[in-house]
Amino acid sequence: MKRREALLAISGGVLLSVLPLPGVASDAETAEAIRLLYGERMLNPGRVTLKLPALAESGNSVPLTLDIDSPMSGQDRVMRASIFASRNPRPLVATALFGPHAGTPSFSTNIRLSGTQDVIAIAEMSDQTLWTSQVRVLVTVGACDVLQMRF
Amino acid sequence: MPNSRIKVPEQAKAGDKVEIRALIMHPMENGFNFDSQGTTIPVHIITDFVCAYDGAEVLRVQLQPGLSANPYFSFYLTATRTGPVNFTWTDQDGTITTNSATLQVT
Amino acid sequence: MKSVGARAVAGLGLCLLIAGSRAAEPVRPQQAQSDYAYLSPALRTLQDDDFANPGMLWVDRGQQLWSEAAGPAGQSCQSCHGAASVSMRAVATRYPAWSPAMGRVINLEQQINRCRVGRLKAAAWDYESEELLALTAYLSRQARGLPVDVRIDGPAGLSFERGRAFFYQRRGQLNLSCASCHEQHAGSHLGAETIPQGQINGFPVYRELWQTMGSTHRMFAWCNEAVRAEPYPPGSQDYVDLELFERWRGGGLLIETPAVRR
Repeated sequence: MKRREALLAISGGVLLSVLPLPGVASDAETAEAIRLLYGERMLNPGRVTLKLPALAESGNSVPLTLDIDSPMSGQDRVMRASIFASRNPRPLVATALFGPHAGTPSFSTNIRLSGTQDVIAIAEMSDQTLWTSQVRVLVTVGACDVLQMRF
Repeated sequence: MPNSRIKVPEQAKAGDKVEIRALIMHPMENGFNFDSQGTTIPVHIITDFVCAYDGAEVLRVQLQPGLSANPYFSFYLTATRTGPVNFTWTDQDGTITTNSATLQVT
Repeated sequence: MKSVGARAVAGLGLCLLIAGSRAAEPVRPQQAQSDYAYLSPALRTLQDDDFANPGMLWVDRGQQLWSEAAGPAGQSCQSCHGAASVSMRAVATRYPAWSPAMGRVINLEQQINRCRVGRLKAAAWDYESEELLALTAYLSRQARGLPVDVRIDGPAGLSFERGRAFFYQRRGQLNLSCASCHEQHAGSHLGAETIPQGQINGFPVYRELWQTMGSTHRMFAWCNEAVRAEPYPPGSQDYVDLELFERWRGGGLLIETPAVRR
């Protein structure tokens, strides 16, 4: 029994060292992800309200609410909005496009966070300006942490 | 077709902004989990979610693996006239899941 | 003198009798608290949200399966049991329970499979399959809000004793028993997480770590592996016995299925 348990522990350790661990995005990679979608335009702080819990017990499901200050008229509306998690292996989390029948330019969802980091929201208006806001979230157990178990 | 749940109010007055909620069963594999044999489970996600009503889109979301499993969305729709509110989820492998509910507008 | 002495002896004897009979009945070691009490506000909100609780996706599926024909005769659960909200209202509170036909204590999953194989003549569902989780969740959901109330007397007694022995038995490389964490250190921290009592009144649960629904046996296997002990197979009598003990330990707690956990 002891030998078997020892073998299990050793093989578990080998598994951990052999499997590729998910990376952590750098500020440059996050900036690149933003650039890919929104180009080189300036990010103006404001008009975007991003709500996330200050402390997330499980990085697997962090509730997020995005609210943008816009009249949603024909001339002045939100075209699209994106969420970026600055330290996730893949910073881009989701992009929302608000159609003609959107009520308010807001939506809620649950996101995955790999660890403590800043979550950034960017909104693109019909006049091509970009507005942004960010929230720091403390994460207890990250979503990408590889489960070293069979169950 | 995976299981989905939607919540559309039964009635609204024209011009009201009503809350819509949508949820679908999907693992949203992010490519960082592995099976009991140690093989990495490849990325498998829903890539698009669309809510359409009265001939136009309400909300379209382009999903990435950074969203939680069983993706949930809550958003607002402007009531114009009575008709179906249609929901479409597109899996990366092309599978399309749909759901629908009627909104009565007075 | 003599009468006082006799009365004193009789009184003492009566006290011993009462004390003795109380000692024979197992005493729940602590004030039972659902693991819900140890959740963060965000996860509590998610569990309470009857729409967005991810476990409800499985409950919906279970509702479909309840009336879905299976087996050569094309019957469904509904064919015999009618509306689940009526016939299955308190069923989940009683399981695991002694099955006279099987000659042992069985849990809800095993009872479901007994009906499928024995009555519908359909194939049994595997543990952790979407179907079995869905139907177990659906039936447990019917009992939501009712207190867990399992029987540990009579023929279930031996199973209960084995389950209790399992709970207090140290095992694995880390040489810990369930009680080491869930009884001695409930409320303390393991890393950054708070250790709950490990009650099972919300099972099957949607566990964030698994990003899916899971059964009690999967939970037990996970915990056993966490202390580097070889887990028992799902559906094993060891785990059913443990399930019975756990349900008794959380007796009086209200069924919360589908619960959301970390």
